[in-house]
Amino acid sequence: MDFISILSIFVLACFVGYYVVWSVTPALHTPLMAVTNAISSVIIVGALVAATTGLASHISAARWLGLIAVVLASINIFGGFAVTERMLAMYKKKDK
Amino acid sequence: MVNLILSAAGAEAQHMMPPAWALLAYLIAGILFILALRGLSSPASSRRGNRAGMIGMLIAVATTMLLKAPVAPGQFLPSPTADDLVTLGQIVAAISIGAIIGLFTARRIAMTDMPQLVAAFHSLVGLAAVLVAAAAFLSPAAFGIVGADGGILPVSRVEMGLGSAIGAITFSGSVIAFLKLAGKMSGAPILLPLRHVINLGTLAAILGLVGYFTQDQAAWVFWTITILAFAIGFLLIIPIGGADMPVVVSMLNSYSGWAAAAMGFTLHNSAMIITGALVGSSGAILSYIMCRAMNRSFISVIAGGFGADASAGGGEAREQRPWKRGSAEDAAFLMQQAESVIIVPGYGMAVAQAQHALREMGDMLKKAGVSVKYAIHPVAGRMPGHMNVLLAEANVPYDEVFELEDINAEFAQADVAFIIGANDVVNPAAKTDKSSPIYGMPVFDVDKAKTVFFVKRSMGGVGYAGVDNDVFYMDQTMMLLADAKKMCEEIVKAMAH
Repeated sequence: MDFISILSIFVLACFVGYYVVWSVTPALHTPLMAVTNAISSVIIVGALVAATTGLASHISAARWLGLIAVVLASINIFGGFAVTERMLAMYKKKDK
Repeated sequence: MVNLILSAAGAEAQHMMPPAWALLAYLIAGILFILALRGLSSPASSRRGNRAGMIGMLIAVATTMLLKAPVAPGQFLPSPTADDLVTLGQIVAAISIGAIIGLFTARRIAMTDMPQLVAAFHSLVGLAAVLVAAAAFLSPAAFGIVGADGGILPVSRVEMGLGSAIGAITFSGSVIAFLKLAGKMSGAPILLPLRHVINLGTLAAILGLVGYFTQDQAAWVFWTITILAFAIGFLLIIPIGGADMPVVVSMLNSYSGWAAAAMGFTLHNSAMIITGALVGSSGAILSYIMCRAMNRSFISVIAGGFGADASAGGGEAREQRPWKRGSAEDAAFLMQQAESVIIVPGYGMAVAQAQHALREMGDMLKKAGVSVKYAIHPVAGRMPGHMNVLLAEANVPYDEVFELEDINAEFAQADVAFIIGANDVVNPAAKTDKSSPIYGMPVFDVDKAKTVFFVKRSMGGVGYAGVDNDVFYMDQTMMLLADAKKMCEEIVKAMAH
């Protein structure tokens, strides 16, 4: 993909984000933050690329950085989705 | 310059084009993330949305791992070497450590502490972005960003420099926000002399160095950018007072998204770019909503200094005016006779852990045939939507909870407004007194209700803004001076008789 294609995806995604986020009900703004936190940890993709560079027997600096980043991003992914799930489970309708 | 960047990016595209299935898989992950946010448009669809997000993440991680799996030509299954297996072991171990810490924290955290948790999570995304950018700088070949001349592609240097800088700002800013929210550091703003000059100078230096980085790929440039960015994140957040933290948390949410997007540009990964754009816009919109709810401009929040001496404002100038004190019995009697009661909870209610007692009171009233509604101001908690979560935790059904715009007209018809732990958000001075620090902030029209009960610890303390509240002295107001939780329990007891 060339730079312009990537930029196009980015700009379009910003517009999608704008409209999708305005449609989120204010009652769910805290879960919104928790879940955006979890999905921004998709940066784990970059961490995995770094963590698989070079050889396993000879851990390079980049590999170390990658492995630590995998740990950090995983905390966020598991923690973020789990805490969102926990919050969303609490929202109940009036029992009629 | 632009031509140089574009042609370099074009040349590289031939080097590292992931297979079509992988590009599609990343796109699907991106779409699932959009659906995760879309699901939050109503509580009914929200959990489905969250699951979509989880599947998206699984797809993104699995795709990346499969791309790394060595497949011999002509074979379908991967044929891993011993080294590949060790690598896999290391990654599984890293993910497991993260999973254990993450799940443990998510299970244990109290809902009142959610703002701190979110700030802590933001700091991790920021730090991860810095580490990934540093790894890409150290091993550009692994990221497929080496140009024809053997150096890192200029466009990738810009992306990497910006990614590292935004990540570092997110990290150090979030650490300060976390410390302030968790009460481990004073919420009072710390104002350095010449701070605006220092901040703008540092920002200019970072941008200048990112520009210079395209010409000279020296290690010192990359690390100086990163260290300056750590410093500016710290400097930006220390002058911001506790009352503005909802804006800060939202802003850092936005930054963590932009950091992920910048790394997505480096990796040419659509899932990362889509997510970064979504999270970036989300945080920006939430910051805007919070600023609007406090009638503050984003610039003035960032400039900091608000809430420096919250108690100084009202203190001496305040005249002694007559007010009425009510009892739990009065409140119980009048509310049971009422047709409609609107409850206005504020953060003080959460601090007193009164949610459950309050909900019990609401339940008793409903049993007596009273219509009970909860009115939530956008800044009622310590982060956007915080009060809604706290009420949901106390089993208040979400269809009894209303936002400011939706309920404000109903106060004129309400028999009772029951204010508990809130102050500034019901202060009519915001509508009438141009000299008031909260002038222009949207507030609840509780002064229009027939009777007002105001639960407050004592007559002394005033809200964050440090201004007196005319509602205390109105004819129809009765002050219920007690701890919020104790007062709710006493009202419940009185109603049971």
